Amino acid sequence: MMSMPEGALTGLKVLDLTHYVAGPYCTKLLADYGADVIKVERPPDGDGSRRMGPYPGDEPHQEKSAQFLHLNTNKRGIVVDLTQSGAVGIMEGLASWADVVVESFRPGVADRLGVGYERLSRINPAIVYTSISNFGQTGPYRDYRGSEIVFYGMGGEMHSTGLADREPLKLGGNVGLYQAGAVAAVATMGAILAGSFYVDDDEDGATGQHIDVSILETQLGSVDRRQSALLAYQYTGELSHRPASGGSGGYPNAVYPCSDGYLQINGSRMYFPRAVAMLGNPPELETERWKDPSSQGNSEMQDEFEAGHFLPWILEQTRAEAWQAAQESRVLSGPINTMADLDVDPSFNARGVFAEGDHPAAGRMRYPGRPFIMNGSPWRLRRTAPLLGEHTAEVLGEIGYTDADIGGLSAAGVILVNAREQ
Amino acid sequence: MPRLPLEGLRVLEITVVWAGPYCGSFLADLGAEVIRVESTKTFVPLTRGAAAHISQSVIDNLPLYSGGTPGRVPGDRPFNRSPMFNSHARNKRSMTVNLLDPGGREIFDRLVAISDVLIENNPTETMEKLGISYESLRTVKDDIIMMRMPAYGSDGPYRDYRAHGVHIEGVVGHTMLRGYEDTDPSYNTTVLMSDAAAGAQGAFAVLAALRHRKRTGEGQLVELGQAENVFSFLGEYYLDYAMNGRIHGTLGNRHPRALQNCYPCAGENRWIAITIYDNDQWRTLCDIIGAAQMRDDPELADHEDRNRHQDVIDPVIAEWTRGQTPEEAMRKLQEHGISAGAVMTQADAFDDPHIQSREFFHEASQEDCGTHLYPGPLYRMSETPLGIRRGPVMFGQDNEYVYRELLGYSEAEYAEFEAAGHIGTDYAPGVG
Repeated sequence: MMSMPEGALTGLKVLDLTHYVAGPYCTKLLADYGADVIKVERPPDGDGSRRMGPYPGDEPHQEKSAQFLHLNTNKRGIVVDLTQSGAVGIMEGLASWADVVVESFRPGVADRLGVGYERLSRINPAIVYTSISNFGQTGPYRDYRGSEIVFYGMGGEMHSTGLADREPLKLGGNVGLYQAGAVAAVATMGAILAGSFYVDDDEDGATGQHIDVSILETQLGSVDRRQSALLAYQYTGELSHRPASGGSGGYPNAVYPCSDGYLQINGSRMYFPRAVAMLGNPPELETERWKDPSSQGNSEMQDEFEAGHFLPWILEQTRAEAWQAAQESRVLSGPINTMADLDVDPSFNARGVFAEGDHPAAGRMRYPGRPFIMNGSPWRLRRTAPLLGEHTAEVLGEIGYTDADIGGLSAAGVILVNAREQ
Repeated sequence: MPRLPLEGLRVLEITVVWAGPYCGSFLADLGAEVIRVESTKTFVPLTRGAAAHISQSVIDNLPLYSGGTPGRVPGDRPFNRSPMFNSHARNKRSMTVNLLDPGGREIFDRLVAISDVLIENNPTETMEKLGISYESLRTVKDDIIMMRMPAYGSDGPYRDYRAHGVHIEGVVGHTMLRGYEDTDPSYNTTVLMSDAAAGAQGAFAVLAALRHRKRTGEGQLVELGQAENVFSFLGEYYLDYAMNGRIHGTLGNRHPRALQNCYPCAGENRWIAITIYDNDQWRTLCDIIGAAQMRDDPELADHEDRNRHQDVIDPVIAEWTRGQTPEEAMRKLQEHGISAGAVMTQADAFDDPHIQSREFFHEASQEDCGTHLYPGPLYRMSETPLGIRRGPVMFGQDNEYVYRELLGYSEAEYAEFEAAGHIGTDYAPGVG
């Protein structure tokens, strides 16, 4: 029998105590590339992202929230009430089983629930324990509440995003929270691999440790302009600011309308000759005055270029046509797509970016698949997101609980066993 | 000092602009020996700044991230002084070799033979011109891990399409989801989220591949198409389309399930971001801002009502925030459990007591820049504390280490390579 190639993280055991977006995205990356991730949810209704939607037909249903379905692929799910004493043995069993714990409680809560680093590392000294929190485990804001816009406003370059005469502007969706999850996955893998690349002369070897991921700091250290803006301020004392208009100076250097939408085109300054080539080298644009670098700062010439040459050209074309023409002249460019465009995008489809998943409640659906291709250890959608308590009995069985134990814990309300499983 | 997690791992970088270098910086922070392979014969714009030898008048007109060299002056070696490069170039090494020359290729192959990972994020045709592929690397190092980060993919219809982060944002649907709620995408300013995503997930991918190598002894080719990679960050929007055929536009600063916006504060161009998730927080907010009437208005009792009437609510909140500094408003709201954050300029971030107490900024030095505070590693590790062991690497700074110590070339050979233009600490005349 041919065996399926294994994922890069096959055999890695992860106890997942995360909820909402950043934490679950971290463990999704681990699960999607092969790790055995056991997600612990609380009774009665589990991870808050089950209530974030959107839902099919806009009808709220705890098993059909798109946010939950996306973030929890390839994980097994159990429901345990960590506030009950009956949960202690379960969590000890899982801590002994796991190589990694990832949690995203507010600072101090994991300790209170008996699943903090100190306690779990006594049970399993090799454990890699990653805490993801709003502002970190220490410091005056450690108990502050957060949200995507708050993290980006405080940590990111929000103050210079948007237009000068308007308010600062956040990015789309929850991209900052996703980024925090990805950074936490890097940190976790770094700790897992610690000591793999040198010969250790002191017998101690690699041990576990506690990783403290502050979502705020993942924004402060983001290459989305913030790192360099912070350093530029140190170097010059200057602050970055919101520009007066879209685009980034010079021409053509912005988002422009086409016959069926918008195309971003950046063919200004040293790339201007390429933009002229893209327009078919009209002789009027090949005169000396357009070759003078100062022409790029001349707003009358910009108007002449746009009204006389560029807009008449681009407004006649579809995004796809203009994009292709721009690329043929090596002009940096890209269409402003919607999810409907991506769904039929020839490259995304040809390269297998989507994955079909069959979920017992949400049905058969197309999901975003692999973010990157690992040729030797591929991404696979082994299972869709778990139903609430779907694997409670299975997982407890694996760590030594008998059917009778499980029945007792369930009757006492310590665990929730999904009806499908009983 | 405890050893760092990735000590003993050697990573080569042929990387440009943001995504590739940012990927390498995560591995360098974790203790890997990350060596930038650069060339005195080629300057790739927007990597070590806008141009190799840049005049004062050009610097004056550049955006802060590329033109903000120390004191806003170019100096003798401006390519060692650009904040767009130096902000992620800590903890790395740099060597130079001309890969277009057969002799240079031999030097490079010797370096590959003693390395674990190669990261590159060049246009596909650039690597083809250099003759560097996974297959070619494997002939020198069988278990090499190669990370490629094309914009769209090494095959498919956009294989040779050129892009920067801002184009990828458009293609993947992010540009459509940001911008003010009342403007079209042509008003959008440049953001580089896909570079951040590629850097972090690229580093994760390399680490995953290293774990696979540890278990199986096998290296591999990893391909991270940057648009495909950041698509994952927008999953709920794609699923809404898959489920409901819904196409989202931008909500600006608003939130689909909460009362949220960015409000003006006392002072010039000062702002606070506030998110009200539930009814308790709503009533608390009304108490704090003295809006008793709104608090008890049944028309505003839950979040759907408030979202519908946000145009009426926002001016009332803004009237209160205008009387506070962002820091005051943040403290008052956070003390009552409300998500609120001062929108911080760079100066605000350096002055912030929390960020200071977390020691996020690290002092680091470099010959061409002097000593400054740098944004440091993005997380803390209890047993293997990370930091900035070395300031931003200068062009060719480690040629002697790489050629003499690592590759074992003689002094005579070193001089030969120098004369041939492989080795240098400046770009060749006329380059860049």
